[in-house]
Amino acid sequence: MKNDALHDAISATASEVLTPHKLQPRTMKKRKNIWAALIFYVAIGFFILNLIGMVGTVVLDSLGQQWFNTWLPKGLFTTQWYAFEFSDHDIVQLLSNTFIVAIGATVIALLIGFPAAYVLARKQFRYKGVLITFYLLPMLVPPLAYGIPLATVLLRYLGGELPGVILVNVIPILPFVILILMPFIEQVDTSMEAASHMLGANHIQTFFRIVVPLIIPGLLTAGILTIVRVIAMFELTYLVANADAGTLVVTLYGDAFASGMRPEQAINAMAVVYMLTTMVLLIIALTFVKPTQFVVRLKGE
Amino acid sequence: MAEITHLATEPKAVSNKVAFRVDYASILLSLPAILLVLGLFFYPLLSGLATSLRPTENATTFSLTNYIQFFSTPDQVNTIWTTFQVALPVTLFSVLVSVPLAYYMRRGVKFERILTIILILPITLGNVMVAQSMLDYFSPTGWFNRVLLLFHIIPQPVTILHHWLAVEIALFIQGFPFTFLLILGYMSAINPDLERASRMLGAKASQTFWRVVLPISLPGIAVAFCLNFVANFSVFPSANLVGEPSHETRVLAIAAYETAFTSYNIPLGTAIALLMGLIELVVIGVVLWLQSKSARGATISGGKGV
Repeated sequence: MKNDALHDAISATASEVLTPHKLQPRTMKKRKNIWAALIFYVAIGFFILNLIGMVGTVVLDSLGQQWFNTWLPKGLFTTQWYAFEFSDHDIVQLLSNTFIVAIGATVIALLIGFPAAYVLARKQFRYKGVLITFYLLPMLVPPLAYGIPLATVLLRYLGGELPGVILVNVIPILPFVILILMPFIEQVDTSMEAASHMLGANHIQTFFRIVVPLIIPGLLTAGILTIVRVIAMFELTYLVANADAGTLVVTLYGDAFASGMRPEQAINAMAVVYMLTTMVLLIIALTFVKPTQFVVRLKGE
Repeated sequence: MAEITHLATEPKAVSNKVAFRVDYASILLSLPAILLVLGLFFYPLLSGLATSLRPTENATTFSLTNYIQFFSTPDQVNTIWTTFQVALPVTLFSVLVSVPLAYYMRRGVKFERILTIILILPITLGNVMVAQSMLDYFSPTGWFNRVLLLFHIIPQPVTILHHWLAVEIALFIQGFPFTFLLILGYMSAINPDLERASRMLGAKASQTFWRVVLPISLPGIAVAFCLNFVANFSVFPSANLVGEPSHETRVLAIAAYETAFTSYNIPLGTAIALLMGLIELVVIGVVLWLQSKSARGATISGGKGV
């Protein structure tokens, strides 16, 4: 049977063989697909339902006066916990810190990562694999492992101010930026650069007037994905930042960890503020990038 | 690791082969990135190593005191075991659940975009937010228990929070979408002709899965496992917030942080942090080694979807 099929495949022309066999699995698939689809949608649906429940609980709790043993909180739609939270923390300061760190770290990562990715995408050289491993290593070591020594070293030189926090956050996102940018650079046809050289432009002119404009979609993708990522990055900022340089997520953790200090609803109000910030950025991001790009791409497309 | 490297180095622009020598422009362009990784990643690691080899913070002599102290204290050594108990099951489970689901979704499904958008929510929200939102939802009077009680699935509310299980759930909520989308990206890149060829040669769907799709996806699955394991092995906020950080979920990250910043024993804390990184790298090394060994057996070299 197997040999016959193999023989057929070799002797007959592709179209002759492919058409009937292509149809056969299709019809078989349809019968099986009902069960597969059921399992798939039940599994994913269960996950998503719990997710919605979790987020919904936080939002409702922050808007109600109190919540004991009922389906919905009592005294719904009060803003008292938000007022509490705004008087407790300087939310404006936290928001501005969060954005300064996210945008600052992203800009630095792009400025540093782009030339590095350019070399990797364009040049062939010995030990290139070693260099790539070197760049990607921060992604494979947990932030706490280098964060604890980093915090003690950095505090000695830079202190826990915003510049230090920005710099620290560049480390884990640099590999990410390089990985995103490399395929974009590879896509740019080298003949464009060759033509530019031939027409008398030097390396620097070619780089800024040919390569950079063509890479802008890549830079935009990398930038927006990185900003969303940095907003949620917790460990390094937590280890390094002093009280004035705290970001939203670090403050949220501090509140949640010392949960006896303030009402639970107020912590959830803080969580909603943080969540709204990430959601706004996510929505902006999704107009530029595909949702699957939030996960490291394993292959250059 | 090997996989990322392999894919990344794949030369697309063959015509641009400038010869195998490093020019000054390339060095100059790479220098900022190299200096950043050296200065903010390797230097802290090495200075941390030096710190961890000192009995006290200001001592001038080197000794293995901190490491000996760590390994001779049963409570401390147990944190390694605890960390594995927390990190390994949820990583394996995430990967095991992701593989069949990604296999089903590899050619696209209905509502794909909205499904992926919801799935990336936990990734963008981050581990702190996930843990915080679990506190109400999984509480004895939270919606999770209420729904189960309503349908008489459980006789009385189950205690989930402040146990090992809560940390597993927290890690799964973040880790599953991550591994799922990673493996999905890999599987959907496999050339459909390979499957078609397998089916044409008489293999059943299950045979095709086990002997064609799975072997080709194995490098991607291994990388997804590794990246997820890194995150789970260094679990910190959720182990503190929804776990039981004093005992049941006293993972290496908590031990390192508390020793360094609560008991102000920075040398010992740094030693624990470095051990955490080292153990985690060893696990990754073993996984990628196993993967490369198994890949040698397969005749179809996978990864690029051919």
